[in-house]
Amino acid sequence: MAEVRFNIYRLNPETGGDGRFQEYKVECEKGDTVLDCLNKIKGEQDGTVTYRMSCRSAICGSCAMRICGHTRLACSTQVSGLLEIYEEITLEPLQNFPVIKDLVVDMKAYWEKIEAIMPYMVPDAGEPVPEKERLQSPEQFDTVFEVATCIRCSACVSDCTSLEADDKFLAPAALAKSFRFAGDSRDAADKERLTELVKEGGIWDCVRCYECTQVCPKDVRPAEHIIQLREKALNNQMEKSVGARHVLGFMESVGHSGQLDEGKLPMFAVKNIGAKISMVPIGIKMFLKGKLPLKHKPIPGAEDVQRIYKKLEGE
Amino acid sequence: MAMEEEVFSHDLLIVGAGLAGMRAAIAAGEGLDVAIVSKLHPVRSHSGAAQGGIAASLGNSDEEDSWETHMFDTVKGSDYLGDQDAIEMMVKDAPGVIYELEHMGCVFTRMDDGRVAQRRFGGHSKPRACFAADWTGHTILQVLYEQIMKRRVRVYEEWYMVSLIVRDNVCRGIVAYDIDQGKLCVIRAKAVLFATGGYGRAFKITSNAHANSGDGIIATYRAGIPLEDMEFVQFHPTGLWRQGILVSEGARGEGAYILNNDGERFMTNYAPEMMELAPRDLTSRAIQTEINEGRGIGGQDYVYIDLRHLGKERILERLPQIHDLAYDFTGVDCFEEPIPIQPTAHYSMGGIPCTMEGQVTCDPGNTPIKGFFAAGECSCVSVHGANRLGTNSLLEAVVFGRRAGTAASEYAKGEVLPELPDDANQPAREEIEWVLNNQGSESVMAIKDDLQTSMMENCGIFRTEEQLKSQLATISKLRERFSKVKIDDKGRRFNTDLIGALELSRLLEFSDIIVTGAVARQECRGSHYRTDHPKRDDENWLKHTLAYRTDDGPRLEYKPVTITTYQPEERKY
Ligand SMILES: Cc1cc2nc3c(=O)[nH]c(=O)nc-3n(C[C@H](O)[C@H](O)[C@H](O)COP(=O)(O)OP(=O)(O)OC[C@H]3O[C@@H](n4cnc5c(N)ncnc54)[C@H](O)[C@@H]3O)c2cc1C
Ligand code: FES
Repeated sequence: MAEVRFNIYRLNPETGGDGRFQEYKVECEKGDTVLDCLNKIKGEQDGTVTYRMSCRSAICGSCAMRICGHTRLACSTQVSGLLEIYEEITLEPLQNFPVIKDLVVDMKAYWEKIEAIMPYMVPDAGEPVPEKERLQSPEQFDTVFEVATCIRCSACVSDCTSLEADDKFLAPAALAKSFRFAGDSRDAADKERLTELVKEGGIWDCVRCYECTQVCPKDVRPAEHIIQLREKALNNQMEKSVGARHVLGFMESVGHSGQLDEGKLPMFAVKNIGAKISMVPIGIKMFLKGKLPLKHKPIPGAEDVQRIYKKLEGE
Repeated sequence: MAMEEEVFSHDLLIVGAGLAGMRAAIAAGEGLDVAIVSKLHPVRSHSGAAQGGIAASLGNSDEEDSWETHMFDTVKGSDYLGDQDAIEMMVKDAPGVIYELEHMGCVFTRMDDGRVAQRRFGGHSKPRACFAADWTGHTILQVLYEQIMKRRVRVYEEWYMVSLIVRDNVCRGIVAYDIDQGKLCVIRAKAVLFATGGYGRAFKITSNAHANSGDGIIATYRAGIPLEDMEFVQFHPTGLWRQGILVSEGARGEGAYILNNDGERFMTNYAPEMMELAPRDLTSRAIQTEINEGRGIGGQDYVYIDLRHLGKERILERLPQIHDLAYDFTGVDCFEEPIPIQPTAHYSMGGIPCTMEGQVTCDPGNTPIKGFFAAGECSCVSVHGANRLGTNSLLEAVVFGRRAGTAASEYAKGEVLPELPDDANQPAREEIEWVLNNQGSESVMAIKDDLQTSMMENCGIFRTEEQLKSQLATISKLRERFSKVKIDDKGRRFNTDLIGALELSRLLEFSDIIVTGAVARQECRGSHYRTDHPKRDDENWLKHTLAYRTDDGPRLEYKPVTITTYQPEERKY
């Protein structure tokens, strides 16, 4: 291979100021990963370039960063693959985190959110602790194994669009971690966990953009597990939150008429009168723009949708 | 750079947050002020990279299994250098610690009846590896950290332990450097427990993390305590070619083949009974012999591990990480093609001498260093002797982490904080100031590269006196070069350039000990194979090495092996 241009985000906390990009040229060999090149830059050109790394085998979760605009692990990203698409390689720190230095971010808030979800198994206190292992079927193992493989690299948190809008959102890593227990046949604290999770900043604040699932280097699929938690919450009759009512309203509307009534949905989702009234101005705006027809035109196939619903409900 | 000093104190201070360190913290229990110092966030510890399994004679897959068989396999695997009282303790504790992990919430792959599944592993005569697909270390590491969060144990995270404070055979604390803030601090403690892990980074091809640089063993050594059996370095047979990243023995446990250029399962010539599941020392030598004799693939320095006949479903169920690692790091799709592999420096049998309760000792008579404990890969109890069996070291970390944690907390309960000497932080402060201010021309990376390449060549799977002596000379030249090292980053915050230089100084120092021990030991035992002394020599060498630090390099003494049940015999597989 040849000389490759790296454009690296630099920020020195001691001199302060805004971050800037610095360019380095590296002789790359076939098989080199982004981390190999960073090590060459640090070792041969500029020892001040700072990043985290340890295992270099995609398991310790230290080296997640934005590589050419996408969050990935530096140690498992091949330079040759990037060069098929990009002319130069840009490296930036994770988003949604304060930067400490260059590519190193402050993970404090990340861990605080993990700590907030009761991140350990709570077995049934009424059951005596067995002498040997608690039994678990292969299927029950499968249910939680996928989330158990999260390496806490934070790629999902970096690319979370809900978190970008609201820093109170627990974000995908903590929510998936919650499913690690809520989904475990040996855990008995479902109610307690879900009661917290349906609050503001919890499972209903995910906008289901699926960025987390797409970006996860270990295929943990956080978004899918957030949905599993929502199902659990609804199965536990936790239907009061706006998010839950939104989903129920959606079902109600589509089930009833085979199509979605965007006007009724928010009215169903928020419960108290004050909140309903506060939505009037936006309702008027929608009406004036023609987004709130008084009567919905029936759309072809609506009956089929209704039939599907009936069938599913019957099951 | 001016370094102000801050002093903290705790009852029990644990250095290292892998399986051993965190299990120790949990064992310490309540009513005691316990803290952990770790240069990595706990979940980034290299225990997480362990794939294949953790041993215990649960008898789930084979009712015939027993602690006695587990003990015999381990003693034999150790080439009779393991201390049999400690091995007996470990294998008896094993089922209990697995059930504890399971009760904490650890996930394990299950049998249809819901019990923990168990598979075969090299050198074990029964299927006794408990596992979570090929993510075993990771899932245990997570569950232990969950318990640390639950117990709200204080963790000094991303703090680098620089030195250990010992005076008059009493341990008084450590000196540690807060990487983020660039501050040097003294942490006093009634008891200190080292669980700083392995140190395979002296070798070019290794399965170890960059962080595995031997900081704990060298802090111990520099405090005047000897290190035990350092010449025994395990090469794992199957590292990804050129990368060293591990292809777990679990792959062979599930039935994978190793093949040479002729497509031959050559293990039939080396271990006709156990074949691919022979112990690691033997299998690595077999692979290296094939390579040396020109039967590597295309005559090159690798052979194949072939998983194809296991089928896609089995691979995805039991070895999903291997599939991804092979794909991401060598571009090989193991459903369709065999994976190129070569032996990789993997595990360090030697370390800080200690008793079964983790009490560190400092001479052949086992004189204790009061208040100083060790557990996990940095320690040498010794349960692995000259060659560790796969799945026995996660077990060791958990069993002895727990035992040492209990013993250290018992000790701390009866003590007051020992007095600090006046100059407690002086060596650490001087070392850091020296690295920051040294005006030389040598780079950390260049010296490290030369060290790793030369260790691989001269102190690898096959060793001769000539090679080893030339390696001693090489190391001494490299240390000379290190005295002219210069780093670029002079800053205070998150200075990884500085940490890299500190780590290199430790790599150089322990490499010297490994090679010195290897020159002296004129025999073949376990992982230590001297082509110029091709036999095991129980008469002269059935003993542990102790290496002491002197101004003229390591001075060696020896201590006897504890043999209780099994007399040494020839090892055949
Ligand atoms: C790739 C791989 C696969 C493996 N697979 C298996 C397997 O399947 N089964 C098995 O039994 N064994 C396996 N092993 C071996 C086993 O994983 C290790 O021996 C074991 O995990 C070591 O645990 P530990 O707690 O002693 O150390 P580690 O988990 O390495 O932890 C060391 C800790 O010390 C800290 N530390 C180090 N230096 C400092 C310092 N200066 N200051 C502060 N903190 C410091 C680190 O931050 C870290 O927290 C494998 C090893 C490797 C490399
Ligand atoms: S260095 Fe460990 S995940 Fe990349």
